[in-house]
Amino acid sequence: MFASDVLVAQNIGFAIIATIMVIGALRVVTTNNVVHAALWLVVVLAGAAAQYVLLAAEFVAITQVLVYIGAVMVLFLFGTMLTRTRIGAESDLNNKNLFFGIFVALTLFVAMAMALNSEFGSEKMPANPAVATTQEISDQIFGPYLLPFWALSFVLLAAVVGAIVLARRD
Amino acid sequence: MNLASVLSADLPYWAQSLLRVLGGLVAVLLPAGTVVYLFLFKMMSFMQSRLGPMEAGPQGSMQLFAEVGKWLQKEDIYPARADKFIFKLAPLIVLASTFLLVVVVPFGPDALFTDFEAGVFYALAVSSVSVLGILIAGWASANKYSLLGGLRAAGQLIAYELPMVLAVVGVVIQAGTMNLQQIVVAQNADSMFGFSGLGNPYVITQFVGFIVFMIAVQAELTQTPFDMPIAESELVSGYMTEYSGFRFLIFFIGEFATAGVFSMIASVLFLGGWSVPFSWFGWTTIDSIDNWMNIVGPLILFTKMIIVVFFIMWVRFSYPRFREDQLQKFAWKVLIPVSLANIMVTAILKVAF
Repeated sequence: MFASDVLVAQNIGFAIIATIMVIGALRVVTTNNVVHAALWLVVVLAGAAAQYVLLAAEFVAITQVLVYIGAVMVLFLFGTMLTRTRIGAESDLNNKNLFFGIFVALTLFVAMAMALNSEFGSEKMPANPAVATTQEISDQIFGPYLLPFWALSFVLLAAVVGAIVLARRD
Repeated sequence: MNLASVLSADLPYWAQSLLRVLGGLVAVLLPAGTVVYLFLFKMMSFMQSRLGPMEAGPQGSMQLFAEVGKWLQKEDIYPARADKFIFKLAPLIVLASTFLLVVVVPFGPDALFTDFEAGVFYALAVSSVSVLGILIAGWASANKYSLLGGLRAAGQLIAYELPMVLAVVGVVIQAGTMNLQQIVVAQNADSMFGFSGLGNPYVITQFVGFIVFMIAVQAELTQTPFDMPIAESELVSGYMTEYSGFRFLIFFIGEFATAGVFSMIASVLFLGGWSVPFSWFGWTTIDSIDNWMNIVGPLILFTKMIIVVFFIMWVRFSYPRFREDQLQKFAWKVLIPVSLANIMVTAILKVAF
């Protein structure tokens, strides 16, 4: 059953982290406290970073920690704490579009599973994957993927300009 | 068989892991204790024309143990309306961030926890995790002062993380690597204008980056003049108001251990780290370094750390606090443009030479 090219340790690690992530993701939407939900989201995002480490993509893992845990989640918490700072359970957190949301989530899951399956199929990771160095990643970004990178930069620039316009009073 | 060859021997995995855990504890607690005794107890007292602790041990050197004992035996209390689990979790997140940070610091040619390819980037990423702990500590305390302190801390740490990252970019461009060990090697193997007696510590060529980095470190550590999050005259004690006993102790250790670890990172990035200039002993590459550097290296790094912490504490005890808007303006309108200009100049010079 266990072929020699199956990476047992990696798979066990993946299973443990994935279980924690799934539990965390479910708690994000079932907990009745906004700050708790945000902290469960931190668990999910940190789990994603751990999965990147398992895939020998350390640069992406560090970026995940820096951007999502260090910046995005801090801003999330900052925002919720400035606006609704109650401690304890809240009752009216469920959105009336709940079932539509579940439908979208399931559709997205199926679509991504099919896409990944048709792309990689039964392809396996090498037993000792070479860690992608920062230099290789930058060569990719500023080489073949330069145009998407520019496009993304413009999206971010538009967001920044929009934020300034919203924040200005005059 | 001398000690140096023992350290470079091949150990089984469990022994290596055990050594790493012990080393991590030492590398976090020793700087914290040294910083608190040397600077918080003694230097501050001398600057204020008093003696500081004198009773416990010679020159009060055992005072630290007395303090820790006092904190440990205090009752573990929390506010009635606090969110208890998060209240207890918060100091641990702050301390965990410190332990994660020390992992990438190289202490000698072989004396390191991990040889991380993207070491600088990793250090900057995990140092931002402590914001999370501070923020939820402020929220879970169910106290207006705590919440204000937590929010101020978050705003400040996010604002000063940017100049810190940008200041380090200059060093990364000049060294051509993000690996902290290789940054040390690059500084000590290199020469300045043909003169190799001092190596090439980046504090000289990256002076602007060094200044910006140290100001950002001062702000990240929330030391005066950047101590708005715990401003005692405005917010009682900010996000730490409701903490007492060993939970306060964890925050306290976290604060000063992080000061030590950040100073170590500053020494590695700008002052040549654990090494002496390679030309002194005729070394050329990292493999040709003698094994005794594994013993001497940590001591050199520790000395440099104490010098850097001295400057942090000197500023801390000398200047009054900024106002909140001055703090934000200083980060966004002065430090970030200056460090961006530094990156541009460094990149141009790197390509030109």
